[in-house]
Amino acid sequence: MFKFLSDVVTNATVSADWIGIRAVKDIARACAIRDAHPERNTQQFDQGAMVEVLAQGQFGYSATNNLSAASLAAAIVSAYEQAIAASQWAVHRFTTEVRPKATGSYVSPHRKGLGALSPAELNQILLQVCDRLKVSDKIAQTTASARSHDIETWFVSSNGSEIYQRDYLIETHFGTIAQDGPITQLRTDHGYLAQSYQGGWELFPGLDLWQRVQQVGEQALELLRADNCPDLATTLVLAPDQMMLQIHESIGHPLELDRILGDERNYAGGSFIKLEDFGSLAYGSGLMNVTFDPTVPGELASYGFDDVGTPAKREYLIRGGQLERGLGGLESQQRSHVPGVANSRASTWNRPAIDRMANINLEPGDRSFDQMIANVEHGIYMETNRSWSIDDQRHKFQFGCEYAKLIENGQLTRTLKNPNYRSITPQFWHSLSQVGDRSTWEMYGTPFCGKGEPNQLIRVGHGSPVCAFDNIEVFGGAV
Amino acid sequence: MTMAVADNIAGTTPIKENVFGQLADAIAQTLTSQGLSVSTHFTLTVSGENSQFTRFNRARVRQTGQVDDGTLTLTVMQSERTASGTVPFIGEFDTDWPRLKTTLAELQTLVPQLPVDPFVVLPTGSATSRTVNHGEILAADAIATTLLSPVHTLDFTGIYAGGLIFRGYADSAGQRHWFESTSYSLDFSLFDAQNRAVKGTVAGNQWQQLHFLDKINQAKHQLAMMARPAKTIDRGQYRTYLAPAAVAELLHMFSWGGVGEADLQQGNSAFGLLRQGKRQLSPKFTLQENFDQANTPRFNTYGEVAPLQLPIILKGQLVNSLVSSRSAKEYKTQSNYASRREHLRAPEVLTGTVASDQVLARLERGLYLSNLHYLNWSDHPNGRVTGMTRYACFWVENGEIVAPIENLRFDESLYHCFGEGLVDLTDFQETVPTIDTYDRRGLGDSRVPGILANDFTYTL
Repeated sequence: MFKFLSDVVTNATVSADWIGIRAVKDIARACAIRDAHPERNTQQFDQGAMVEVLAQGQFGYSATNNLSAASLAAAIVSAYEQAIAASQWAVHRFTTEVRPKATGSYVSPHRKGLGALSPAELNQILLQVCDRLKVSDKIAQTTASARSHDIETWFVSSNGSEIYQRDYLIETHFGTIAQDGPITQLRTDHGYLAQSYQGGWELFPGLDLWQRVQQVGEQALELLRADNCPDLATTLVLAPDQMMLQIHESIGHPLELDRILGDERNYAGGSFIKLEDFGSLAYGSGLMNVTFDPTVPGELASYGFDDVGTPAKREYLIRGGQLERGLGGLESQQRSHVPGVANSRASTWNRPAIDRMANINLEPGDRSFDQMIANVEHGIYMETNRSWSIDDQRHKFQFGCEYAKLIENGQLTRTLKNPNYRSITPQFWHSLSQVGDRSTWEMYGTPFCGKGEPNQLIRVGHGSPVCAFDNIEVFGGAV
Repeated sequence: MTMAVADNIAGTTPIKENVFGQLADAIAQTLTSQGLSVSTHFTLTVSGENSQFTRFNRARVRQTGQVDDGTLTLTVMQSERTASGTVPFIGEFDTDWPRLKTTLAELQTLVPQLPVDPFVVLPTGSATSRTVNHGEILAADAIATTLLSPVHTLDFTGIYAGGLIFRGYADSAGQRHWFESTSYSLDFSLFDAQNRAVKGTVAGNQWQQLHFLDKINQAKHQLAMMARPAKTIDRGQYRTYLAPAAVAELLHMFSWGGVGEADLQQGNSAFGLLRQGKRQLSPKFTLQENFDQANTPRFNTYGEVAPLQLPIILKGQLVNSLVSSRSAKEYKTQSNYASRREHLRAPEVLTGTVASDQVLARLERGLYLSNLHYLNWSDHPNGRVTGMTRYACFWVENGEIVAPIENLRFDESLYHCFGEGLVDLTDFQETVPTIDTYDRRGLGDSRVPGILANDFTYTL
């Protein structure tokens, strides 16, 4: 593939400053079961190439699913023409420094291949999951699904880049809706497809699968009988499967340099963070240490290089509460003069790379879960995201969870349903009062981070310990 | 300004349509040659585009390019079992058929190993349709100059997306459908120096420069109103006017755990209480599917053609859910040929009595919301939705705009704003185009009026 793509670039007829081709092949399988019947059994073969050309300081692109040499050669011409037509209106005169030469490879860690579990076997496991979720007649719906992806990427360029990456991905989900008259309650395995990782079928079914299935079914019933979360300001303790969302929405997105530079203002929005805040702003409490880390084995958005060839590297975004670095690739770094990371990423071959999160993790603190709860006189402990909404500057947010426990005098007591909380990002992170230790740290992922024009859904990973926040407004649902 | 594309597309799409038909015929012939044409059923769909995307920031080009993409999805059904496979669609039979033939063979091997699916929908009927909407849109090399010259002094940001979109359907029963449309959308925002913004959208099959300039002028006028000092609104309940674009955002929630039959049956709907008679909506509120003049196919992935109009909520009563043939089979009810996902494809909310020049007077005192942002259920079974105000939103007193507002978070039930809190709707509708581009450019639009509601709840 490298020789084929390199020959296409070498034989290009346009006088561009730089030409690159990123070819992607994605082989995917998905299976979904609902209420003991198959909902979906699919396989997908997708391939195509993103051709990018830099001319007169402007990038143009042309993406095609026709990988013949003639089609790619035509795409180079088209991308060149796009660049020339827009060059007099360029938002920034880019140089080839934003596409340095890079070579190397990356393969997801895995012990079993993606053929290790046949579709028939997978269907049987998921049928069994649905069967075991139905712990009562009050279980109105059971769902279980699994997806695998084998994604190969080849990146070549006119300045000699040659990068090969292969991602093996497993994404699984199960959940149930319990119903008693007008009351319905959802309980899932840490949120929709939150169990998304890099690896092979060694990840599923895991050793604790059946225990988790049983617990999800029983907790759905438990929620039917639970009181509503009260309306008050109190200590809020968040489990890692909610911290994932909290980190994503109120740290990841506001730190994206393209949002701060204005590219996203018409769609996803801007940010309350300004370029001059990097290096000077106290983002949150001193307990807050946040890393951009695409090198964590098995985390969903790990890679060796981003989609323009920047080598992946772990970097602190926030250290001791202080904002150090933005989430911006080489283009945003050249435009903003703010230190960034290797995060120019595209959802697949038919979208250009933009600034994205990869793995954004909150580093562990020094408290065990029991110690944290013991320190809370009154509070609410919440698990598993079910609702999320935040403003276009990533300031005012309201998030909801599936399951909660009241904390009274240092102990978890009654179960609560419909737990929600709302706050404003800087106030919230400054109220961080306890950070759990490594024993509380868990890692999840999502394939559904949406952003960009044209829109792109991309995979991100988030790891976090349990965290506690003081004086947060919590509330419940209708009685 | 150069108008183009239509001529190019007119030359290439018959080829794509023909190749798609040849591929469907080839599958049928293969099954016949295997002696399986009676026992094995199939559907074949195609979805593709040849699109231009140009992205703007500060009246400059941030990214520009084009995407030529297409996929074929083959679904094989035999002995109450089914599976699907998707492969690229190039539009060249010699390239596409070998991949599709391989997929057919793989699915034929896979399907017998799968569990029985009692609700599998076999293709039946003899429906055929062909819809072609070509127009004149901007040529790729004219986009930057045409759009940016009139706005080069403004902080203009957004995206132009335009070109060909096509969808096709064929099955073993002989049904055939084809839909293609040359269209564009320009979704933009204008910002002022204080980062306050207004939103505008133009879309259609014909680029109309004067219409674009008119939209820009409207946005500039609105932005000038945003220059007044912003008013901070305390949390609480306020009489509120939601402009059509804001209503369209609320309408999206009806397709997400809303009016689909499967969601209603499985306890996953905000309108379960409406069906059970435990909550009510206003008799002033009527929602229907209306495919008349909608820029989206009427056929679904089962090859069924939806009725031209279908009332969903009629004067506050849930008279129809969206029922796919799969749900019809499972829940032993009648299909109304909804999509597999049972989402609204051509929603229309009927009008009320508030004239455009009476909106502020009827609001009298409260909030005027042009747009909403980032909606999500906060209490799904009770229809409660949270989200943010965005863009041109104002505080109104004595029937006049007093000041723009700082963005507010709302948290309100659809049972309130379309129920007891609904005062009236406007006597006009606006067509709000689908502009999303996840995976590929979307199709369709919503036809919605503005609504006037009492005691709309703001929480942060």
